[in-house]
Amino acid sequence: MEFFLQLLINGMALGFLYGLAALGFVMIYKSSSVLNFAHGELMALGAFLFLTLSVWAGLPIPLVFLLTLAGSFALGFLVERLFLRPLIGESLIRVIMLTVGLSAMFKGLMLFIFGGNLHNYPDFLPEGLNLRFGAIQIPSVYVAAFLMGMLFLGVFGYFFKYSSQGIYMRAVADDQTAALSLGVHVRRVFALSWAIAALVAAMSGIILGIINGINVHELSAIGLKVFPVVILGGLDSIGGAIVGGVIIGLLESFTGGYVSPSLREVVPYIALVFILMVKPYGLFGLVEIERV
Amino acid sequence: MDDDILLLINNISVVYSDVIQILKGVSLSVRRHQIVSLLGSNGAGKTTTLRAVSGLLKPENGKVTEGTIEFDGRPIQNAPPEAITRMGIIQVLEGRAPFKYLTVEENLRAGTATRWGQPFKKDLELVYHYFPPLKARKDRQAGYCSGGELQMLAIGRALMARPKMLLLDEPSLGLAPLLVKEIFEIVRRINEEQGTTIVLVEQNANMALQLAHYGYVMENGKIVMEGPAVDLRENPDIKEFYLGVAASGALKSYKEVKAYKRRKRWL
Repeated sequence: MEFFLQLLINGMALGFLYGLAALGFVMIYKSSSVLNFAHGELMALGAFLFLTLSVWAGLPIPLVFLLTLAGSFALGFLVERLFLRPLIGESLIRVIMLTVGLSAMFKGLMLFIFGGNLHNYPDFLPEGLNLRFGAIQIPSVYVAAFLMGMLFLGVFGYFFKYSSQGIYMRAVADDQTAALSLGVHVRRVFALSWAIAALVAAMSGIILGIINGINVHELSAIGLKVFPVVILGGLDSIGGAIVGGVIIGLLESFTGGYVSPSLREVVPYIALVFILMVKPYGLFGLVEIERV
Repeated sequence: MDDDILLLINNISVVYSDVIQILKGVSLSVRRHQIVSLLGSNGAGKTTTLRAVSGLLKPENGKVTEGTIEFDGRPIQNAPPEAITRMGIIQVLEGRAPFKYLTVEENLRAGTATRWGQPFKKDLELVYHYFPPLKARKDRQAGYCSGGELQMLAIGRALMARPKMLLLDEPSLGLAPLLVKEIFEIVRRINEEQGTTIVLVEQNANMALQLAHYGYVMENGKIVMEGPAVDLRENPDIKEFYLGVAASGALKSYKEVKAYKRRKRWL
């Protein structure tokens, strides 16, 4: 029983991280229908920025935190401005191929600067976050992952549902020409969604970095795991990203614990196939509205 | 220049993809607080004219290559739609183009993009006042609304921007005659009560000429006829060709119907 609970908690926490990573991905897809293959690299960039500022520059952690978030926000903005904006109006597949190129470029850049070795953060999470119930122990990183997931989910859920800017973003995703006709600043919406995506990606990159250490290859591989998560949850659903993440996290954790650790990487994809056979739009995806 | 003129299109040519010329020297003017209707058959260039004004040519790879468009005395040809909408010109697209996955109220709120950050509660009330059916549906996804509701939504959404000028592209498309009448009546009230200048593109010449103060007839990318709506309604060619009422009772030959065009050309 304790083993089960431990696996459950580990899986949930891992799942929240996947969900958090997927949030940024969903953000870009929702506003511009672009599948961002460079998402794992955005995560890694955030993690390395945090590392550079905290370990090498030696700044206090809260400041590092803010600077990293601001930095990745700016980075996302810049990426959109420099690489994606010239492609507005081009076919979607070109834009998607561009993100593949971006991913290779960022990866190469990070390998060049930081090398392929494993780096580690200093231990900075407060001891109080380390929860213990009887024999079950929840490491502070997992608690942090959970809290961050909830926080971002709430903030973005509110943002998209109620704020005007969020509604403009959804409007652009829905019908770009109509949005233009109403004066929505479509380019600004794209830039904003990339900036937010990079920010959330950095956030999840940092937490993953605390758990596993920071390594370019590993973080960009997790970027790929975003795909089953978002497809499962529905490509355009914020809540779906989190739920999809948690499902994938739990599947991995239970398979690793009860069946075989070597299966844990495969099972999510198998489950994905079955779920999509039943719900082709994902669990929370928008069902295509067709007027007849 | 006449101070009363809000929109002045002076001899514009529009070319798509650098080769396909759609408008060949179109000139028209729209007076403040009036309804001007633009008639013509499919492919005459009505929608292109509207898009040239609203700046929506660019996404379609089109461009104003000659001539000028002045709004309130300022040139706006080839300006980006973000700038043009902020000057107070909002186009209601043909086919209504709702944001399908947004609720009715969210659709309306999307109309506030040109004045982001300002309060919009009063404008919502105003839109609901003109279009009561929208209020009943406000939390429903727009994709599930009927055609008439969507047309109301499209106009209402544009009203949220507090436009000086509305460009309506075929609001009667695919609607039942009674509903068309209702919507045109609301358009008239908006024009009278809000003072919004309206450019109305229509196939339904009969309805459009009853509503409008002034009318233009387009064909093949040119204006072939213009005049006060009352005169146009009585014009035998218009009667014949657009209103379907032949003077002699029988339909005249195509050549004769087109007589006005030749006349205009040799003037």
